[in-house]
Amino acid sequence: MPGMISLILRNLFSKPVTRRYPFEKRAPFPTARGQIVFARMKDCVFCGLCMRNCPANAIKVDKASKTNTLEPFRCIQCVMCVEVCPKKVIDVLPDYTKPEYEKTEIKFVQK
Amino acid sequence: MAKTVLTFGPQHVVFPEPIQFKLKVEDEFVVGAEPVIGYVHRGIEKAFELNELKKNIFLAERICGICQSPHSTAYVLGVERLMGIDAPARARYIRVIINEMNRLHSHMLWFGLLGDAIGFESYFMQVWNYREKLMDVLEKITGNRVTYSMNAIGGVRRDISDELQKEINRVLDFLEEALKSVDGVLRDYTMVKRTKGVGVLTEKEAKRDGAVGPTARASNVPYDMRMLGYDAYCDLEFKPVVVDTCDSYGRAVVRWKEMFQSIELIRECLSKMPPGDIMTKSNALPKGECVIRVEPPRGELFYYLKGNGTKNLERVKVRTPTFANIWPTITMLTKGCEFANVPVIVLSIDPCISCTER
Repeated sequence: MPGMISLILRNLFSKPVTRRYPFEKRAPFPTARGQIVFARMKDCVFCGLCMRNCPANAIKVDKASKTNTLEPFRCIQCVMCVEVCPKKVIDVLPDYTKPEYEKTEIKFVQK
Repeated sequence: MAKTVLTFGPQHVVFPEPIQFKLKVEDEFVVGAEPVIGYVHRGIEKAFELNELKKNIFLAERICGICQSPHSTAYVLGVERLMGIDAPARARYIRVIINEMNRLHSHMLWFGLLGDAIGFESYFMQVWNYREKLMDVLEKITGNRVTYSMNAIGGVRRDISDELQKEINRVLDFLEEALKSVDGVLRDYTMVKRTKGVGVLTEKEAKRDGAVGPTARASNVPYDMRMLGYDAYCDLEFKPVVVDTCDSYGRAVVRWKEMFQSIELIRECLSKMPPGDIMTKSNALPKGECVIRVEPPRGELFYYLKGNGTKNLERVKVRTPTFANIWPTITMLTKGCEFANVPVIVLSIDPCISCTER
């Protein structure tokens, strides 16, 4: 196909469009929903709205021990918890969850 | 001549997902076919009943990886109708923009897969390279490349700012140019040879077998759910793309033209989008039953919802476009096609098996 051949030759002699991924990373878009984090635990009132609205059951709120537990590998980054939180405790970060060997839980404790 | 039964799939290079066709072969020609599905059933319809209303939006999105936006649109439209609320005008326009961008990237993906299936690797990579620009802008708008989570009951969750609108326009201009630079593929000798006259489905057969989407429109049946005017489609100038070649080539042409139609529709939406709210708040609970039909990239998507005035729905039934298109595929296959053409014929309906089995 003549039209495609010039394109193919151009691709052959130009630099690749892909990134050399582990060495060269694209900065995440600022609006991306990468992961959630309980950033301002001191404001948390442990109402449990985030737990009840989580579609993946990734958040557990324990009022007695003043602990919020997040399972990052269950979380689907829908950021419903960020929207429903009355005290705006939860932040959404644009970086994606890093791969890990074990599915760990992250505990956020109010001091 | 003795008949032989050959199994095609469930693992095959042209299928990204598992489906099996038991093909009855006479010499090199297929004379009978039997589909076997059920490899990736996930029980999502039951999960709909157990989950709460708001959480179901994310479940609906996960029925299909590529056309997830129409799935959540259909679900949300149904719940809104049962609750007796309407999304604000701006939200309806944003939904159309996301759905059309979804169609655009799905069709580009399909063209890449078609190139891959007939052995045109460089075309596959070129189209997917262009598609990446669209995926990036979708990530900027919605926050995620694949699962957008834009729809909410009563509107959408994120607004499209003026800056992003300019960016969308820039990407659309780029895509229009880029796609035109590779449009020679539809005139390419090998492509035409591999698709023209392959997988014929006449207008009568398409109507009889209930074909939907580009499969029906390539058989001269102007069957497009966007004509129903859900969301903002009622305000847009829109006419379904119809081709009368009735073969795999026609299906490619329909998708090709629909990509440019989608670009036009997104531009029209961006120019007509009114300012204002993007969410209608309501505490009503759904009661009664309703049927919603929307148009994902692959054809008609059918949702039946039944609410009983509680937080949970009593029944959700989903019929996806590939399910409707399986029987027309059997009709195409059993007309005595060559065995080597089976991948192209099956691919021409753009099968999505995980959606079909839910």
